[in-house]
Amino acid sequence: MTSYALFLGCTIPARQPNYELSARKALTKLGIELVDLANMTCCAPPPIQSINLETSLSIAAYNICLAEEADLNMITLCTGCFESLAMANATLKENEELKGKVNKILSNAGKEFTGSKEVKHYLQVLMNDVGAKHIKQSISKTLSNLKVASFSGCHLLRPSELLKFDDPERPHIFDDLIEALGAKSVEYRNKLKCCGGLLRGYSDDLALNIAREKLVNTSRAGADCISTLCPFCFIALDIGQLQIKSKFQEEYNMPVLHYAELLSLALGIDPKELSLETHKIKVDKIIDKLS
Amino acid sequence: MEYGKEQKTTGSEFSNAITSRLGGETLTRCYQCGTCVSSCPVARLTDEFNPREIIKLSLLEESARVLSSDSIWLCCSCYSCQERCPQKVEIADVIYAIRNIAFEKGYIPNIYSEFASAILDDGRIVNISKFMEQKRSTIGLPPLTPTGVDALRKILSATGFDKLQKEVEEA
Repeated sequence: MTSYALFLGCTIPARQPNYELSARKALTKLGIELVDLANMTCCAPPPIQSINLETSLSIAAYNICLAEEADLNMITLCTGCFESLAMANATLKENEELKGKVNKILSNAGKEFTGSKEVKHYLQVLMNDVGAKHIKQSISKTLSNLKVASFSGCHLLRPSELLKFDDPERPHIFDDLIEALGAKSVEYRNKLKCCGGLLRGYSDDLALNIAREKLVNTSRAGADCISTLCPFCFIALDIGQLQIKSKFQEEYNMPVLHYAELLSLALGIDPKELSLETHKIKVDKIIDKLS
Repeated sequence: MEYGKEQKTTGSEFSNAITSRLGGETLTRCYQCGTCVSSCPVARLTDEFNPREIIKLSLLEESARVLSSDSIWLCCSCYSCQERCPQKVEIADVIYAIRNIAFEKGYIPNIYSEFASAILDDGRIVNISKFMEQKRSTIGLPPLTPTGVDALRKILSATGFDKLQKEVEEA
């Protein structure tokens, strides 16, 4: 069994028990042990980076230090946390001068970043530690009746120079893992464009306009659902549909499921155990299509 | 009018302030091709945001216009521009550097001030309700481990982040 320090972040425990439950259940079932370390904090995502980049880098490094001390690589569920932490990890491993500066700040909290560990998104762990082939062999329900529009979110892929996750213009890892469940991953227009999630709270109109485009394009492609990896994309596209309905009088009724939820369903985990009531757009028609 | 009198600054204080900060180093590589704008999911929907324009105005030393504008807060940080820039201008990071300067000069959108308060308060930027904490055990999730908010406050104090926020609250 491979063990990872789980970095849970803020939004998932605050808002999305459906994400946390499905990820914990599916990863454990596939032989990944998740260790909950004490004293983690926020990852310092874009809103904190916008206030001060040097502080953000130090906060991310502090959290990585906890994994280093526990001698574990770190796994994230949230794509935003992945970006903040993996960018900091890569930047500090490459830049000695900056590392020295950050370590001077961290010394106030009794920490030292050494750069001995990796930060991985759970999709990476599924691809590399578990493997698409093993996932395919482990599923007990096939999703072969489902057409899924994959939406990885920006911060899994970009900036690619630091994240080194997948081809930033023609990614395939997420689609491969959807197809490992028997589902069809459908192509759609502007697939790699942002969901607008980070503009929520500053310019809601713009954020909804951007999310709406994603719903138009996935609907036109005949998708049964959108699959996400990031809690912000989930909010933008799931709760976002209710706001789009009241703002534009347009109803898409497009279920949005985290990949961990699709994986859990395919692994035969009882839908009743997944807190699916969290979804604003009901997912019953997806459950009905499982065979 | 005397030549040069209409210029905002005589030197390059603003562009230097950006390039000397973390994230802003690549500003001056820009040759204004506009690849960023054609990759931007926000610029295609509104004229209020244009990354090429933000960089141009910064290079032209229009600091007040840049820092007080709504525009710098409309970047959705998707990094599409940065990924495609032929000059390797780290555009999203340059915008972070500009936002960092804006924050220090007191141009602070409310929502960002709320994020700063939240992280200082309990180490998270999204508050976890009592309801959600209780719900965890009934649905089979382990209890949340405590956050390292004390250590975090020491870090925020060492970088001066806590003072930035304090000035906002007092203002």
